[in-house]
Amino acid sequence: MAVAGRIAVRRPALAMRLGRALAPYLLVLPGSTWLILFFLFPLLTLAITSLMSGDFVSGFQLTWNFGNYTYGLALYATQYTHSVEYGVSATLIAFLFAYPTAYWITFHAGPRKSAYLLVLLLPFFVSFVLRTLSWETLMGDDGPLLGPLKSAHLIPSDFRVLATPIAVTFGLAYTFFPYMLLPIYASLEKIDKRLVEAAEDLYASRFEVVRRVIFPLSIPGVFAGVLLTGIPTTADFVNQTLLGGAGTTMIGRVIEQQFEVSANYPLASALAFVFMLGLLAMLLAYQRLFGTEELMRAR
Amino acid sequence: MTRDRDLPESLDAAWLRGLTQTRITRRTALAGAGALSLSAFLAACGIGGTQQNAVSHQNWVWDKATKAGTLDFANWPLYIDTAEDSAGNTTYPSLVEFTKQTGIKVNYSEPIQDNAEFFAKIAPQLQAGSAIGYDIIVVTNGIQLTNLMAKHWLTELDPTKLSNFFQNGSKRVLNRSFDAGNRFTIPWQSGFTGIAYNTKKISREINSYNDLYDPAFKGKVGMFTNTQDTGNLTLLGMGIKPQNSKPSDWQKAANKLKGLRDSGILRKFYDQSYIKALSAGDTVISMAWSGDVYQANLSAENTDLKFLLPKEGGVIWTDNMCIPLGAAHPLDAITYMNYVYDPKVAAQLAEAINYITPVSTAKAVVEQDAAAAPDAATRDSLQATANSSAVFPSDADLANTSYYRELNPTESTQWNDIFNAVILS
Amino acid sequence: MSAAVTARRPRFRVGSLVLPSYAHLVILWLFAPIIVMAIFGFNDTHGKYNFTWAGFTLKWFLHPFGIPTLVSALTNSVVTALSATTISTVLGTMLALASHRYDYRGRTLIDAVLVMNIAASEVVVGSALLTLFVTYGVGLGFVTIVLAQVMFSIPFVAITVRARLAGFDPALEEAAQDLGASPLQTFFLVTFPVIFPGVLAAFLLALAICLDDYVITSFVAGNTQTFPLWVFGATREGVPPQVNVIGTFIFGFGVLLAVGGATYRTWRERKLARESAIATRA
Repeated sequence: MAVAGRIAVRRPALAMRLGRALAPYLLVLPGSTWLILFFLFPLLTLAITSLMSGDFVSGFQLTWNFGNYTYGLALYATQYTHSVEYGVSATLIAFLFAYPTAYWITFHAGPRKSAYLLVLLLPFFVSFVLRTLSWETLMGDDGPLLGPLKSAHLIPSDFRVLATPIAVTFGLAYTFFPYMLLPIYASLEKIDKRLVEAAEDLYASRFEVVRRVIFPLSIPGVFAGVLLTGIPTTADFVNQTLLGGAGTTMIGRVIEQQFEVSANYPLASALAFVFMLGLLAMLLAYQRLFGTEELMRAR
Repeated sequence: MTRDRDLPESLDAAWLRGLTQTRITRRTALAGAGALSLSAFLAACGIGGTQQNAVSHQNWVWDKATKAGTLDFANWPLYIDTAEDSAGNTTYPSLVEFTKQTGIKVNYSEPIQDNAEFFAKIAPQLQAGSAIGYDIIVVTNGIQLTNLMAKHWLTELDPTKLSNFFQNGSKRVLNRSFDAGNRFTIPWQSGFTGIAYNTKKISREINSYNDLYDPAFKGKVGMFTNTQDTGNLTLLGMGIKPQNSKPSDWQKAANKLKGLRDSGILRKFYDQSYIKALSAGDTVISMAWSGDVYQANLSAENTDLKFLLPKEGGVIWTDNMCIPLGAAHPLDAITYMNYVYDPKVAAQLAEAINYITPVSTAKAVVEQDAAAAPDAATRDSLQATANSSAVFPSDADLANTSYYRELNPTESTQWNDIFNAVILS
Repeated sequence: MSAAVTARRPRFRVGSLVLPSYAHLVILWLFAPIIVMAIFGFNDTHGKYNFTWAGFTLKWFLHPFGIPTLVSALTNSVVTALSATTISTVLGTMLALASHRYDYRGRTLIDAVLVMNIAASEVVVGSALLTLFVTYGVGLGFVTIVLAQVMFSIPFVAITVRARLAGFDPALEEAAQDLGASPLQTFFLVTFPVIFPGVLAAFLLALAICLDDYVITSFVAGNTQTFPLWVFGATREGVPPQVNVIGTFIFGFGVLLAVGGATYRTWRERKLARESAIATRA
């Protein structure tokens, strides 16, 4: 009777233990399978396609053609530079706009803090293609903004904003503004107000409080914001197509054109892969410095 | 009679070797080469005629095709006559007429904005062997049409069902070099690529390609992103006949464009939105398509914009109707294709679209409509259409135009790379 | 002491003007295109182009759905986004739960893949998917759009839910299990209600991202049109005012949601305050 009791107790415990051990893997399985199938595996096909040669009509074959890389880089080096230039400038502009605003909301907006945050995020509810188009209308050479200024002779009549790198950069900063604002706001919000009070009690001026207490504590958010903004801005091509002009093409547009228009899949894949490797290098450097945990927490 | 299709490689151990390799048989290679190379030009002269007859039909569906009563027609925007009904919805009078005459209902859509873009959208489906959901598509002669034919993604047309076309189609459109014997395509409309400018902003006379390079228009000049339009017009502007040009000529043309860009005279390389920029005043002079200017003036209710062919020569292209592989209603499609070659229908379309109609006898019909017009404004406008060299060009006009340089796949990659280096920069 | 205070005050007053003005200017900058978009929805244009003011009219607001292709593009957008977001919310929440509760093998790898996904540029990911679909002859369209959208929204969901889980007290779960609840019961009766705001936030975030996605969708959509694709295509010929109207509606809907959410929260807080006041009084 005692033996029977022991056996009866052991079996469910084993099942439960097995279940508990397998639980994380079962939970993770669907999501990770999806990511492997539609994220990692396509990147592999991209890499393989970049080593092919041929043309659309007769088909492409894998010929280990590394020449696509050298050819692509030689041909489109300027466009990579444009992407980096505009991406960095746009991120900087977004930072300069976002940080003081986030700071003001966190520390000076009082009870209306969440209302202000909501107000700041509301415009991004509308499709970004529409918003960029509206900028195009607003910034037209003889549009609602520049037109009256020109008739009042406040600016020269051949002045223009559209079809210049400035338009593209500000357009990028605008489109990806929330990616900069939210992480910075999140990390500013987490700062213990008592530290600020303590600094002020120690006779620190407002500026010193920011410089020596607030800003250093918000750095994780700043870096998350920089990363989350910098990467999509470098890759974007919609802003540049709508707001840019001759000589402002970014590598994203070249890749898209090579895929869609020229159907030169190997060259396009090579260009895309180089771009991805560059970003990956940046990401690894970031991870080395701050670790992915910071990125997760700062959100 | 067998369907010549490229089947996708099945997943097996050799997948690494030939992921997108198509099966090339001798027959498809011959037909492909025939469509691509300059020998097709010879074919128009009659040598290739016999050669074509020797090749069996491709995608021949006419033995089994029956009238379905419905038709899916994919076209470019603003490329058909339109009217507004009482509720403010858009209707297409010529299509309504067609339905009345034949009982075939037309599902009209305008998904085609750009040949390459549209081709990129339908290519994966056609490659997989599935239908794209359209019975008629309109594609310009060029790299994409060549590819469509080379990959056997078009249904061969039955000449016996196109009596109107062979009877009324003007000399120019019959038997073009890019589709000898009109086996797969018949023209929808043709058009010129030339120069358009705003007469209110530019007071002097414009007549040359090099007017686009005038420093007086700094920052207000537009060119096309389309490598074929920009490349060919530039070659003509430099006095080089596109058909005889070599890659070294292409490089010279690209360098000339590079100079235009670097000097700041060029504002932007535009797609079809060039006409919006011209209307808005962002550009004052631009490369343009003939019919767009007419539409823009109509839309703005003025005649500020003017189109002209540069004296060095303009480019002419043809938008062609074709039936893609797997079309569900081919008989209805070919009935419509034949319908538009009726001079009355052609006139109706020409009056609305204002591009080069493929039926030259439509001119007489337009003049009749002008004479019968209810008021002076309509009569003047119709008469202007009848007299317009952009709708009914004379032989002299046509003599000064050139088709796109024909490119085989290797050449087209080279052409694209040379010009994209400037356009996409 | 008083000298230090008076010395600080003038600086503070200037600062108290500059900073708020700056913040409000930024807000104005953010709203500028929305205002333009809304205004031009009232433009009485006759032609195709909607960039010069031609008079005030309400007709676009009365017939916003007059363009059939636009309406079908909108419908496609909503349906694909909803389907994709539902799937990705489920998958992403599962990933978040696993990473929060357990320390399993491959956890750092999955974290890295998630971060890589967010960081990977849309052009690269979109083009990679296109090469995949083209290689295996998968027809592009509705299904491929949903597949792609699930793929890039999973990380956003996982991270948002994980952030919510971080503040979740495991003692609650342990208490439930001590009271005899099975793991499944624990999840549905204890864990899920607590993390629900996070899951909802993740759902809405993923929905917004999927609805607005242009780049990846443009690579894998084939012939199908979604709203951003339609609008971008329409820029060539001239965007009709109906698009502005629809955009204004969407913005208005967002305002309603925000105001509604805020009102609901204040109502809840007041209700709780009232109930606790009643309780203490009692």
